[in-house]
Amino acid sequence: MIATRRAVDTLAIAIVLILMWQALHHLVGETALPGPVPTLTYLARLITTGRFAANAAATATAFAAALLLAYAIGLAIGVWMGAHGLSGAVGEPILVALYSLPKITLYPMILLIFGLGISGRTAFGALHGILPVALLTMAAIRNISPVHLRTARSMRLSSWQTVMMVLFPAMLPEVISGLRIGLTVTLLGVLLAEMFAAKQGLGFLIMNAMSLLQTQEMIAVAVFLFTFAALANALLLWLEHRLHRRV
Amino acid sequence: MTPVAWIRLLVITVAIGALEGACRFGLIDRRVMVPPSDMVASLAAILRSGSINGDIVQTLGVIAAAAALAVVLGFALGLFVHALPRLRAGLDPLFATYYAVPIFIFYPVLIAIFGLSLVPILLIGVATALVAMIIATLNGLDRVPPVLSKVARVHRMGTVATALRLQLPAAAPYLFTGVKLSVSYAFIAVIASEFILAPSGLGRDIADAYADFNNSRMYALMLFLLITATFVNMALHAWDLRWAARRGREPS
Repeated sequence: MIATRRAVDTLAIAIVLILMWQALHHLVGETALPGPVPTLTYLARLITTGRFAANAAATATAFAAALLLAYAIGLAIGVWMGAHGLSGAVGEPILVALYSLPKITLYPMILLIFGLGISGRTAFGALHGILPVALLTMAAIRNISPVHLRTARSMRLSSWQTVMMVLFPAMLPEVISGLRIGLTVTLLGVLLAEMFAAKQGLGFLIMNAMSLLQTQEMIAVAVFLFTFAALANALLLWLEHRLHRRV
Repeated sequence: MTPVAWIRLLVITVAIGALEGACRFGLIDRRVMVPPSDMVASLAAILRSGSINGDIVQTLGVIAAAAALAVVLGFALGLFVHALPRLRAGLDPLFATYYAVPIFIFYPVLIAIFGLSLVPILLIGVATALVAMIIATLNGLDRVPPVLSKVARVHRMGTVATALRLQLPAAAPYLFTGVKLSVSYAFIAVIASEFILAPSGLGRDIADAYADFNNSRMYALMLFLLITATFVNMALHAWDLRWAARRGREPS
């Protein structure tokens, strides 16, 4: 019942957004903003082309590598700072301060260190993702109720059993929130990197279309990325809600 | 200062010292990074020359304008949506997804519509910051005690008077969290826009210095932006703690 209502609401939002797009199209004209129907038809044609596939593959490679790095480094920092009290107390404000910085400012430095290739874009994406993953993992460990640990002790669980059967399930929902936010900002990082001084990727495709005044292609790619991010987020959000209900 | 704060200061000092040493002794190539002390010296020289004053005023002005617009509009829209529960239920999935999609990819679309000027930068700044303020307003209004709405009805206050004289002050501590986030998001969106494509501004200056291989200028400007952003965020955080103390709970 609730699920159907939510589906109806989401559909209604999509329709309203498309209607607003159509209205704006009439307001500013064909060259500045093509209408939704021709743009979506164009997108359906575009995603079958080799040019789109090559650029999407470049973005996917950089994004996957960046996400792997962000998750691995973020989880390691988060577990360390969550388990070791003093490190957490010293490090948390530093991480929070770094998290709220406009990281785009650091992109030229990343380019000088890693070069213009895919490794620079990967590093920049990972730089975005590490901090939220670390901060939420740290919070997840700190928020584990002492009752859980006392229960594990009173049941004489071994330390391995305590980790696998008590600690891990208890922190999982919050860690998943961290991974979800990490995914979002890593994607943003990779796309920003592709929009500046890159020759590959969907971010480049948007900038290239803009310089060639192909508004239709620019908006089609943006809509594709928007839909992808929304679906990935919905999937992880669903997982998160299921885990929260279980705990 | 607490012992933890001293250790933190020590960690930061050692990190900057190590970076300085690595740059001075050639572990890090000067073409990759200039020593932090050179960044400071170069920044001081640039600031003294006054050559970036116009860009500073422009960038910070656009950030302030975008944040202010987002806060005012966000509060008004928050009030409106809060008054219509069915609309709010419908918009919830949009709010939950908004910061998950890279809104910034629409910046080139705005350039196509409005041309290469400050307008697209301002708009992408407002678009990025707005929803945080709407969400904070909804959260704040949810916590306005129902008795206050009854008081408003008893006094036959109009919608605008109720909003400004009653709901705004009652929700204020929560609204500040929205203000803090709006400023932070506006900062990121404006700098990113300037960096990628803009007629002028500090972000554009950094991109130009990068293209010219002018590392000392580039790092000096980066340092300026990072110091400014840290300072603004810390000031807002300190204010947020005060408000949090007033509403008697931890800041969100």
